[in-house]
Order: sequence, then structure tokens, then C-alpha cells
Amino acid sequence: MRYERPTTLKAAAQMLAKEKGQAFILAGGTDLLVRLRTGFIEPDLIVDIKGINGSKAIQKTATGFKIGAAVSGAELGEHAALKKAWPGVVEAANLIGSKQVQGRCTMSGNLCNASPAADSVPALVAAAAKAVIVGPKGKRTVAVEEIPVGPGKTSLKKGEIIESIVLPKRPPKSGDAYLRFIPRTEMDIAVVGVGVNVTLDGKGIVTKARVALGAVAPTVRLVPAAAKALIGTKMDKAALDAMAAACSAACSPIDDKRGTRDFRIKVAGVLARRAALIARKRAGGK
Amino acid sequence: MPLDNAPDSKRKYNVVGTRPLRPDGIDKVTGRAKFGADATAPGQLVGRILRSPHAHAKIRSIDTSKAEKLAGVKAVITRDDFPDHTDGDSGLYDTMYNIMAREKALYEGHAVAAVAATTPAIARQALKLIKVDYEVLPHVTDVDDAMKSNAPVLNNKMFTDGVDPKPKKASNVARRFEFGHGDVEAGFKRADIIVERSFKTEATHQGYIEPHAALASMSPDGSAELWCCTQGHYMVRDVCARILGIDISRLRVTQSEIGGGFGGKTTVFIEPVALALSRKANRPVKVVMTRDEVFKATGPTSATSMDIKIGVTKDGLITAADGTFRYTGGPFAGCSPAEFGAMSAFAQFHLDNVRAIGYDVLCNRPKTISYRAPGAPMANFAVESVIEELAHKLGMAPIDFRIKNAAREGTRSSYGPVYGQIGLGATLEAAKNHPHFKAPLGPNQGRGMAAGFWFNFGGQSCVSLNIPIDGTITVSVGSPDIGGSRASMCMMVAEELGIGYDQVRAIIADTSSLGHNDVTDGSRTTFATGMACILAARDAIKKLCARAAATWGIPEDAVTWEKGYAKPAGANAGNFQPLSLKEIAAASPGTGGPIAGHHEYSADGAGVSFATHICDIEIDQETGASKIVRYTVIQDAGKAVHPSYVEGQFQGGAVQGIGWALNEEYIYGKDGRLQNAGFLDYRIPVCSDLPMIDTMILEIPNPGHPYGVRGVGETSIVPPLAAIANAVAAATGVRFTQLPMSPPRILKGIEDAKASGAKKAA
Amino acid sequence: MSGIKVNTKINGDPVEFMCEPDETLLDVLRNRLNLTGAKEGCSTGDCGACSVTVDGRLTCSCLVLGAEAEGHNIGTIEGMAHGEELHPLQKKFIEHAALQCGVCTPGFLIAAKSLLDKNPDPTETEIRFGLAGNLCRCTGYDKIVRAVQDAAKDMRKSNSRKGA
Repeated sequence: MRYERPTTLKAAAQMLAKEKGQAFILAGGTDLLVRLRTGFIEPDLIVDIKGINGSKAIQKTATGFKIGAAVSGAELGEHAALKKAWPGVVEAANLIGSKQVQGRCTMSGNLCNASPAADSVPALVAAAAKAVIVGPKGKRTVAVEEIPVGPGKTSLKKGEIIESIVLPKRPPKSGDAYLRFIPRTEMDIAVVGVGVNVTLDGKGIVTKARVALGAVAPTVRLVPAAAKALIGTKMDKAALDAMAAACSAACSPIDDKRGTRDFRIKVAGVLARRAALIARKRAGGK
Repeated sequence: MPLDNAPDSKRKYNVVGTRPLRPDGIDKVTGRAKFGADATAPGQLVGRILRSPHAHAKIRSIDTSKAEKLAGVKAVITRDDFPDHTDGDSGLYDTMYNIMAREKALYEGHAVAAVAATTPAIARQALKLIKVDYEVLPHVTDVDDAMKSNAPVLNNKMFTDGVDPKPKKASNVARRFEFGHGDVEAGFKRADIIVERSFKTEATHQGYIEPHAALASMSPDGSAELWCCTQGHYMVRDVCARILGIDISRLRVTQSEIGGGFGGKTTVFIEPVALALSRKANRPVKVVMTRDEVFKATGPTSATSMDIKIGVTKDGLITAADGTFRYTGGPFAGCSPAEFGAMSAFAQFHLDNVRAIGYDVLCNRPKTISYRAPGAPMANFAVESVIEELAHKLGMAPIDFRIKNAAREGTRSSYGPVYGQIGLGATLEAAKNHPHFKAPLGPNQGRGMAAGFWFNFGGQSCVSLNIPIDGTITVSVGSPDIGGSRASMCMMVAEELGIGYDQVRAIIADTSSLGHNDVTDGSRTTFATGMACILAARDAIKKLCARAAATWGIPEDAVTWEKGYAKPAGANAGNFQPLSLKEIAAASPGTGGPIAGHHEYSADGAGVSFATHICDIEIDQETGASKIVRYTVIQDAGKAVHPSYVEGQFQGGAVQGIGWALNEEYIYGKDGRLQNAGFLDYRIPVCSDLPMIDTMILEIPNPGHPYGVRGVGETSIVPPLAAIANAVAAATGVRFTQLPMSPPRILKGIEDAKASGAKKAA
Repeated sequence: MSGIKVNTKINGDPVEFMCEPDETLLDVLRNRLNLTGAKEGCSTGDCGACSVTVDGRLTCSCLVLGAEAEGHNIGTIEGMAHGEELHPLQKKFIEHAALQCGVCTPGFLIAAKSLLDKNPDPTETEIRFGLAGNLCRCTGYDKIVRAVQDAAKDMRKSNSRKGA
């Protein structure tokens, strides 16, 4: 196994593209090192992207925020402007692992692991975040929900690296929230995760909404029917019931060591309702 | 044992009962303390173990030739390197079988081969080069399935013990136990209300944070040194020597600091393997388990299935209690604590008619090993759940129902002996009067309680106490210190000698420098080894007095010891200035040489222990999430030597019980493989899951100890399972009979109750 | 595999070591530098026993490659006391009997120090969540939380004295 620490994206992409064996990108390493240690993977090359210029930067741009691929959860949590604009995304990223893991883990890594239970991903999907990808053939930008294609599988091609994650600029009266269910209070993988992002009008009526679910299907799932149930309402009981039902209906989970199918379906609706109310409050609604 | 052991109720203590700093404190907060994996030896190799991926498989052959040829590999061992020296000792044979599989691999994770190599990478590669030819056999992991007549039988030479006539057909039931007295059937006939319930609990792991580690160095001449983390280094020495076929005196075992045990480090796993590798390689070998190996190949406790039936009269007197307790033991006979489960289940009650039947059941799980009060928590969960339900049916406060039926002095216990002075009633009364018991509850909250029992043990201890010329004291004990016992040992010695705590230092001696000491288990150390310290100090006092007597030229029995001084016993003895310990020690080279005290014995009279726990829980009715909002432990300690560490035992045991009740479990797939062999999915409680754990120490002296000490380490894990189940029942209206009460199970219980309630209403 | 030369600072001292690319920082600390205060409890980042700081930020050393330490400042338990003077957290852990077996203690101390560095006056809940990445199986956490509360109080007092 070789360890490389390139200083440019181009060099990193070249190293990855050239490698004939198994190559992995190291950002926070909180998942990669576990897989390496348990013998689950046997890499020939590890490319550490933390030395790449900009990979550790959070930039406020005209169109929103640009978050470098190696920015840790703790750094996201310390960025006041980002936290103010996207509290749901930041709280989701801050739920990944322990304080120790927060010092290292990244949203890009969380996305590229392609775990259906990744905490930051439902919040990113609800936020309509995009991933900027650099590869041997140049740069492309895709919606984050297009990256994971199945448990542990992504749509990234050989040599491609996520350069940054872009969060759009927020219209006024917008709010987002992420809730997950875990059996303990910390240190668990989500049994169900829900991200909700809403924009209200002056009267408190939902004009835009996005709802995404984690851990209830092979990939994180955007649920347009749930969003539709909220749009045009003040999130009264009927709207929330309809949204919760849409969330439960969108689930196709499995029974596993972390929870049962029935449990996930029920709790998806419960958490969606709770997350929606938090998002509404953050958007200035009542 | 001396006859003057009974505690003197008027005695005023100077050191015992205070809270001095522990002697190993600084080493442990600076990272300097050496635990199992922290030692190294010159030229040491890395040892690694190949483990069975199958739950049950015949091992047709093992081909190690490729691994042996790999550069850097210095030794490869298999079952062939463990010729049978066990001489008909079936327990020892099973231990050997467990550390290295023989004809069959009996559970996923069973060791089948091991290598010693120069680097971890080479060792890993070597394991991959070992080819094991398995014939996969049908397996069974569930206790009820294992008892079925069509279950795959693990050992076709096993015919159930304890039944008459002995069965002719082999089965997985190793043994049947029965305890009790009176006439249970007649008792039920007199009952006005009977509750009968079945319960199941999953296996839990001791969950110590330090994985097993051993550093072995064995020479071709059969002499060997072993460094390891264990609750009993004498046990390790004896077992390893016998498995390897060497003289016990040739093997010196040094105990490292131990990073938790809770019963899980009371046997050997990697120690004989490390020694065998070292013997073959003729170099030191270090073996350290991974967490995955700890979960798959070291001792969980039993999974259980239990039936309980208890009858009461209208005025709340129990007329009969009957229980059946089926416990998994893993693949070997005699490993499950079914016997202790059956013995302890009804021990907190005064019963005229009681019967408890236990079954020790084999299955394809790792060999069951002790876990804090082995066997008792699950039995208590079942019994105390039924007790709570009966109280509700009677319309009686559960605390009053328990007080009315509580065992007391003179009660014939459900397992045989008649109780002397016990503290159960006192813990129940204290619970009833505790502010926690009267505090208001919030919405979705419920309160539960349970009382629990543990036997406590004594056993063999050997202590040496030496007095250097400055009159300070060194104490050598052979009981591994797993939770601060060195401090308690020093305190008891200081108390006896009438000197300050800071004048005494205790160390854990290796197996070649001190006589045999039993494993640190059964809550025995502060009681038994502590008493040996007291008696060793008394032995030293005798010698100190003798030196003073010789100095003064008076008879030895004319000298008495008081507050660190030898004094003439009375006016008739003569008028001499008292001699201090320091003065006698300083003069010792000229008065007969070094002064030391010793004591070696097998301690009796451990004194049973009882505790009552109160728990408040809040349930999220929409998700089944639970939160412990308040928890109180009330336990009889006999006499608390170091109250902080007594409280620590209460709190630690309670929290392990909380984990067991709510989230911890061994999860097996259909393939018989463990699905959650890591701290991510084997969910032990984390700091944010818990409130402060309030404690109340009661001191009802144990007549079998000079200060009245009772063991305190284990009882605290007994009541939580039931206390929490009772609290959950109060918060949800649903009685849960299966552990863990994980959120999916609680939510399902709530939803099912709603559905059946709706049906009833319709 | 080929060895990688790494220059780093550990507890303020310059340290140079060679490691294999797949070795973790924990491996390096324990096996190459003989700094065995950080413990390996799980090697998956789930127990916190190997906690260290990297440039002041709390992390599990089992989740960092040794090679990644290049140019960074590593803080371990061995650097917590100043000469004979224990850190207030170290003192309070002993005073409050916040350790039984002690194997998790170095990790807890590093995590608690990191918490108090950022938040000198945490609530009980903040302490509990701040230490949720460290498993202790002996104590039930009660005495650990109390020790941290007490140490925080002392540290605030001595800081305000320094300020005055």
C-alpha cells in the first residue's frame, strides 16, 4: 500500500486514474480506516486530499456556500454563518459519530461512503445541495442525491474526486432540520433519518419544500410526495399527517440488527413530522 | 480461622470508612500504568489467531504448509500442538478445546490455528495461507431450539445429568438442577391469585474496554514467563501449565493492570496459545485480541428462557413460587450459570413452598463465562416482574408486598441455607422512605423497583506483609485489583496496625512470589483477601510485640498493641515507654532480623448481600425510545471500607444492568454468525444515556468478617433488569417479558396494546 | 510496503519517526514511540480509549494514519501533567474515584480537557454529550461527570485569579 498526499486536485485525479490496483480517497478517514483495519478493504493506494488547496475551506459565495471536501464536522459546527443559514445541514453533519469522529469526518466522505444511513446526506438532499466533481475529464456538478447509487456504491468514475459541496443561497423565511432515530443518545448509526427544508411566504404558507429520508431504502430517498403534502399549507395537522403518511409510504426498508422494517416505516413518519415543525420554526413560522 | 472474627459493633475506625486516594491513581491518570497490551519483550513476535467462520463444522484437515514457508513466520500451531494432558479432567479438556478447536469448530470465532510472525502484516498474510477443510454442520443458537428433540446435537456423548434415570439419547441439555423446599402444588392450591409468565433474555457481554492481551516467553526447557490481563493469574498459571504439560512451578505469571473483567477474565483464551507459539518459535510472542475477537470468542453470559409461576393469598402472602430457568452455556457442559440462576431466583423471599429448576444447555455460541453475579440478573428479571404484576393484581403497593414477603433472619432460603443477619428488609424500608420514592413523575414517565440478591464468595487467599526498617509497610496480595482494591487492602492493614494509610503500600505479587490466590470473582477480594490482610497484620503485630517483649525482658503476652505502639499490657507488666512501629522496625536487624506477617487460608462466611433499586424511565410513545431519568441504588455493604469505591461498584453494576435491560444483546443471523461484534452495534450505555446514579450504602455487619465487610461488587447488577421492566410497564401499561427492551420492541408493544385495546373496545 | 518518514511534534517535542503507510497513529504512538497511554479498545473509533488531539482537535488516534501526522502537533496523555504538577482533571479523577480499572481514563482525560478548553463552564448535559465518545464500563460515568464538573470549577477559579 502507498500513501500519497498531493497538493492539487489535478495531481490527485491523475494518481487515482493511473492506479491499476485498489485506490481510495482519504479525507477524514473515519470510515476508510475502519474498513482498512478490519481487513474489509486492502488498498494499493490511498490518496490523502487534505493537502489540496481549498479542501479545508468553507467559502461564502454569491450563490451560497462552498464547502471543501476535507472540511470536518467540527469545523462546520464552528462556522457561524453556515450554521445560521443551514442549521439542519450542520446539525446532521454534527451527528456523525462522536466528538472524536467530528474532528475528522467530512460530509463528502459521508456522501461517498454511500451508506443509506449516512446522517448528513438526507439533510444535504433536502437542502438541494450539489457536489462539484473533478476528474480526468474536467469538472462537473451534480445533485448530491445522484452520487450514491446503492449501499457502498457511487456514480463517481475512476479518477473522480469531490472537490466541494455547494449549498444554495437561501430565500428569506427558509429553515431546515434533520432528525434521526438511534437506540442510544450518541454513537449509533441512524435507524431512520429525516431531512426537511422549507420556505414560507409572508403568511406562513409553505411555498417550497424538500423532504429526504435516510436508512429506509438502499439509498437516501428524496420524497416529492411528502414535500407536496406541505406546499400550500401552514403545516396544519392534516398536512403533517399527509406528509408523514407519504414518508412512511416511501420507505422500503429491511429488518436488520439496527431496527425492524415496521419500526422504520412508523418512525419515518413520526420524525418527519417533528423535523418539519422544527424547520418551520427556523423559517420564522409558528 | 480465629474465633474472634465477629465484628465489634462498638469499634471506632480511624482509616476504614474514609476516602483516601488510591495508590495507583497517578499511574492511571498519566498513562503510565501498564495494562495487558502495554508490555514488550526483546525480540518479541506478533501472534495472531485464525478463527472459524462457521457456527458448527467438522474440521477435516488443516494445511499450514504455505503459511510456514512465508518469510517472517516463526511458528504455526493447530490442535496438533496441544496433545491431551488433561488426564480425564473434562472441564480442563473443554478449556483446551475452547482455546483451540479439535474435531469440530463449535461456534463462529472458535480458534482453529495460530501464527507467530515478525510483523502484524506478515502474521495477517500467514493466516490467509492456512487452509482449513470444513464440513459445515447444522447449528443451533437459541436456547429453546437447542432443547428440542430434533435439534442438532453438539456433543453426541452428552447425556443429561441430574435426571433419573439418565437418558439414553444424547441431547444438548447438559444438566438439570433442582432447588427448593415445601410442597409447591399444595401451595398453589391455597393461592387466591396466581400469575404465570414466560420470559426470554439475550446474551450480553461483559464489555470490558481492554481486549485480552498476553505476552509469553517460553523456553525449550519448559520454563516460562507470562504477562497478561486476568482476574486470576494463579488460575492462568495452573490451567496453562496443565494444558501445556509443564510443571506449575516452571511458569511464572505476572498480572498486568487489568482494564475491566466483570467475570469475563476468569478463564484463559489466548494465554496458552501465546505460550505454545512461544515454545515453538523459541521467542517471546505477544497476542492481543481485536474487539471483534473479544465479542466472538470470549465469554458472553447466557441467553435464557424462563417460566415463572407465583401464587398469593388475598392478603398478599406468597403461598408458592415455581420457576424453570434454561440457560445457554455455549458448546461445553457446566459453563452456564443455570445453577446460580435457579438458586438465586427466589432468594429474596420468605417462602414455605418453592421450587426452581435449572437447565444447562449447549448451543453454538461462545463458551459462556461469568458475568457479574452470574445467572442472577435474568432470573431476578423474571421473578421480580411477576412480583410487580401480582402486587398490582392484589391492589397492594409493590414495596409493601415485597416487605411483607421479604426474607429475614431465620428464613430458610430458596436454595437451602438459613439466613443469619441480612440486610434485605433494611434496603426495602430505606427505599420506601427515600425521597426518590415519593418524588412526582413527569408525563410519559414510570417508576419501577426490584430487590436482588447475591451469594458472595470467600475462597483462597494468601497475603504477605513486610516491614522495612523505616516502619512503613509493604503488602503483597495475589488478588488482581480490578476496581481499586489495593486501596482497601492498605486501609485495612493501616487500621489494624494503628498507622496512617500513607504508611502502607500494596502490590499484586506474581505467581512465583506468593502462594495461591483464587480468581478475583464472587465479590470476594475485599472480604477474603482483605481479611487475610487483617490477619497478616495481626500476625505481624504479634511479632512486633514479641520484639518489644524481648527488649523489655518481659513475657510476650504481657505486651499489647495500641495505635501503632507496643505497650506493656498493664501495671503488672512493668513500666516501659511504649515502642513505636518505627522504633521496633529500626531495631529489627539487631533483634532477630526482618519482621513480616503472613496469612493463608480459605475464607468462609462471606455473608449474602441484598439491594433494592428504584428507577424512573421516560418513554417516547411514538418511537419507543427510553430515557432513564432517575436511578437509585440502595445496598447493604456490611461495612464500606472505601465508600467511594463501594458507590462505584453500585453505580457500575446498575449501569451494566441498564444496558442489559434496554439495548445490549447478541444478535445472530440465520447462519449462526454474530452480526454485531463491535461497540457500534453492541450498544453499551454511553455517558449521555444516563443520569447520575444515586447510591445509599447500608451497613448491616457480616458476622463472618472482623469489620463486618460483605462483598459489594455483584449484587448491583441483579435488580436493574426488573426495576427497568417494571418502570417501562408503569410508563406504557405494557408488560415486557423479553430483553432487551429496545425501541423497536417497546414501540411494537405499545402499538399491539393499542390495537388489542381498540379491538376490546369494539 | 515502504516506510514513510514523518516529522511531527508530540506534546510539544519534535519527534521524527518511520512508519508503514497502513499504520495508524495509535500504532505509531504505542509500538514505535512507546507512548502506551493511548489504549486500543476497539480500533473502530467507537470507544475513545485512544483519544489524542491533533492540532488541538480531539480525535481517535486509531482513525488517523501515522503518515497523516506529518507537520502536525499531537497531544497525548503523557503530556497532560506539567512536571510533578498534575492537571486539575487528573487530580479530580483521582479524588472523585472517577476510575476503577483505569483503562479508559487517559481517553476520558484527553476528551474532558478538550471539552473544557472550548467550554469552561459546561452543563451536566454538555459534559455527558462531550464525553459520549468515550466508553467506560466500570463507573456508570457518575463519578467521571462529577470529577469534570469539579475540575471545571477549579479551573475557572484559577483562571479568574490569573485574569485579575
